[in-house]
Amino acid sequence: MTVLEQPGSYRPTPPPAWQPRTDPVPLLPDAEPFRLLGTEAAAELDPQLLLRLYGQLVRGRRYNTQATALTRQGRLAVYPSSTGQEACEVAAALALEERDWLFPSYRDTLAAIVRGLDPVQALTLLRGDWHTGYDPHEHRVAPLCTPLATQLPHAVGLAHAARLKGDDVVALAMVGDGGTSEGDFHEALNFAAVWRAPVVFLVQNNGFAISVPLAKQTAAPSLAHKAVGYGMPGRLVDGNDVAAVHQVLSEAVARARAGGGPTLVEAVTYRIDAHTNADDATRYRTDAEVETWRAHDPVDLLRRELTGRKLLDEATIRAEQDAAERMAADLRERMNQDPELDPMELFSHVYTQQTAQLREQAAQLRAELTAAGELPAAQEGRPQEGRQR
Amino acid sequence: MTTAAVGTDRKPATMAQALCRAMRDAMAEDPAVHVLGEDVGTAGGVFRVTDGLAKEFGEDRCTDTPLAEAGILGTAVGMAMYGLRPVVEMQFDAFAYPAFEQLVSHVSRMRNRTRGAMPMPITIRVPYGGGIGGVEHHSDSSEAYYLATPGIHVVTPATVADAYGLLRAAIASDDPVVFLEPKRLYWSKADWDPERPEPVPGIGRAVVRRRGGSATLITYGPSLPVCLEAAEAAVAEGWDLEVIDLRSLMPFDDETVCASVRRTGRAVVVHEATSFGGPGGEIASRITERCFHHLEAPVLRVAGFDIPYPPPMLEKHHLPGVDRVLDAVARLQWEADWTATDHPTPTAYESGAR
Ligand SMILES: Cc1ncc(C[n+]2csc(CCOP(=O)(O)OP(=O)(O)O)c2C)c(N)n1
Repeated sequence: MTVLEQPGSYRPTPPPAWQPRTDPVPLLPDAEPFRLLGTEAAAELDPQLLLRLYGQLVRGRRYNTQATALTRQGRLAVYPSSTGQEACEVAAALALEERDWLFPSYRDTLAAIVRGLDPVQALTLLRGDWHTGYDPHEHRVAPLCTPLATQLPHAVGLAHAARLKGDDVVALAMVGDGGTSEGDFHEALNFAAVWRAPVVFLVQNNGFAISVPLAKQTAAPSLAHKAVGYGMPGRLVDGNDVAAVHQVLSEAVARARAGGGPTLVEAVTYRIDAHTNADDATRYRTDAEVETWRAHDPVDLLRRELTGRKLLDEATIRAEQDAAERMAADLRERMNQDPELDPMELFSHVYTQQTAQLREQAAQLRAELTAAGELPAAQEGRPQEGRQR
Repeated sequence: MTTAAVGTDRKPATMAQALCRAMRDAMAEDPAVHVLGEDVGTAGGVFRVTDGLAKEFGEDRCTDTPLAEAGILGTAVGMAMYGLRPVVEMQFDAFAYPAFEQLVSHVSRMRNRTRGAMPMPITIRVPYGGGIGGVEHHSDSSEAYYLATPGIHVVTPATVADAYGLLRAAIASDDPVVFLEPKRLYWSKADWDPERPEPVPGIGRAVVRRRGGSATLITYGPSLPVCLEAAEAAVAEGWDLEVIDLRSLMPFDDETVCASVRRTGRAVVVHEATSFGGPGGEIASRITERCFHHLEAPVLRVAGFDIPYPPPMLEKHHLPGVDRVLDAVARLQWEADWTATDHPTPTAYESGAR
């Protein structure tokens, strides 16, 4: 017989009065996504900022179409397009200061490029010549992350470390709607809130995780609602309204920098292209749905705002388009050159110093390459291949 | 077991104390070293291995994290990206599994994917192995999983001196190190002077703990004392066994192992991890590849059975003990003529303070 079954033997002490945690910042997201373009508040926006956002949006769209075209030429193994989501990409990169860090997912090459990365280096992962084609420290962009949501705890750790060192650095981490179901999403948000780490989480809710719609991903009223349980504010924003996303992210970044802790931002947007060039989106969605979202295109939204306020004339529109074409032509030309690869580099970056086992295996490959006449003469006999750090 | 040398402050210290001292000294020397994990702060760890660190260095340097292994290792990745040297504690072997994704997908390959630009100087301390009567999920030997992941070092001390020396080396390493702590040996003692810890070989070197000419026992961590005991018992049978403590499973010291096996011509690998797919198979095959013409007998394995770690009342049947080791030695086809060759007495360090 357990203690509970003995009448009268169980005397629970009354629990102490429960104290809800109080936070001066309202945590619950608004019911409607925050919008600026086309509203009266838009009149307050800085024209210079809007024009800058416009230029990046136009170039971003052109970059997406160019990268997709490169998959058809076999120059890129795969490309997850962000067409339709350019406002989120551009705003994420531009809401940060230079000393801040960006933690992108595989879909966020555009954000990385707007942050200053060379597009060819940013596409290395997708072309297949190396996993990360850039030094993450140079522009403070973490490696494009393929496993879903695993980069989120990295962002928290980095932001936490920066704060411990006394640097006012903020980390912005990007994730898709599907990625919010992963355990790492939960662990990252929880750590960030408990540590009050200067992190901003940006969820690009583009409606689908490959073929699975949001309704099959979560039963939450919105993804921004998830913030509340961790004790951080959740913000809902129209992800196609670049001014709104930029403002909400900038506020969250400022709050984080000032010691206010993390924010979860859900940007409601839509993936116009298929998941990647290898995916057939007609299996899971209708043309009508896509057309509705085309009518809410992020580039058009901003162009209408700017022309309506006489901030943009035909000449500037053409100039921006020309700049985008030049960028695309340059990208095309450089991507059409075969990358120079050094197979011996395979063994160079596994450990600080090669192990005896790796030296043996490197010697084996070098012998194979030499026998096949494939090893450039300059490389023969080089003691330790590749860069060390 | 060793007597205190004259003129030093060598006192009995446990392996847990030596590990703690290693973290303490590393933290004192380098402000980048941070310890994080579950209960590592106020409580000093469930095995008290981080005892006093939070008090001495503050909660920012020795941090009680939320209860989430992927979160602990994942945030450590970000901390390492920003120049810190995190030392994370996984509370028990089987509770490190939620962190495997971060280990395999990021910790082990961040240096590689960034062409050397982003090293991951993270030490992952994992109490492992059985023999302490732990309930399910508290006794696993997971080393084969770690060994299957390129980009991380895997080390395991078996002596008090190595616990200190290897952990210092792990924390100083610019590569990630899975540091397996044989929890069965946490309370093993040796005379050891924390103020003047004797230098030990770094990561990647094996050590001959006992010289012998008849056969080589190759082992590590919790099985070292078992093998040394077996070697003592074998003397009665006329067998003179050499015992190698691997200390580092990755990188692997082929040189020390092969030099010994070429001399003895016979080898037995002893570990607690399961036999099939376990480290012993890899070691046996390396020996066969390199020492085939010197071998007088097949390389044998004495390992845990290929079963999920058993409940505590049955673990004694699972763990390789002295008798099982001696049985294997007996199976090494003794009809061949062997002569004990000259072998020097091990140094005080090699013989191992256990
Ligand atoms: C841990 C993990 N599981 C599965 C995959 C395969 N996968 C790649 S993208 C994707 C869908 C992701 O959807 P979402 O998070 O909404 O991001 P989106 O692609 O829409 O930007 C899946 C399942 C993966 N990359 N990582």
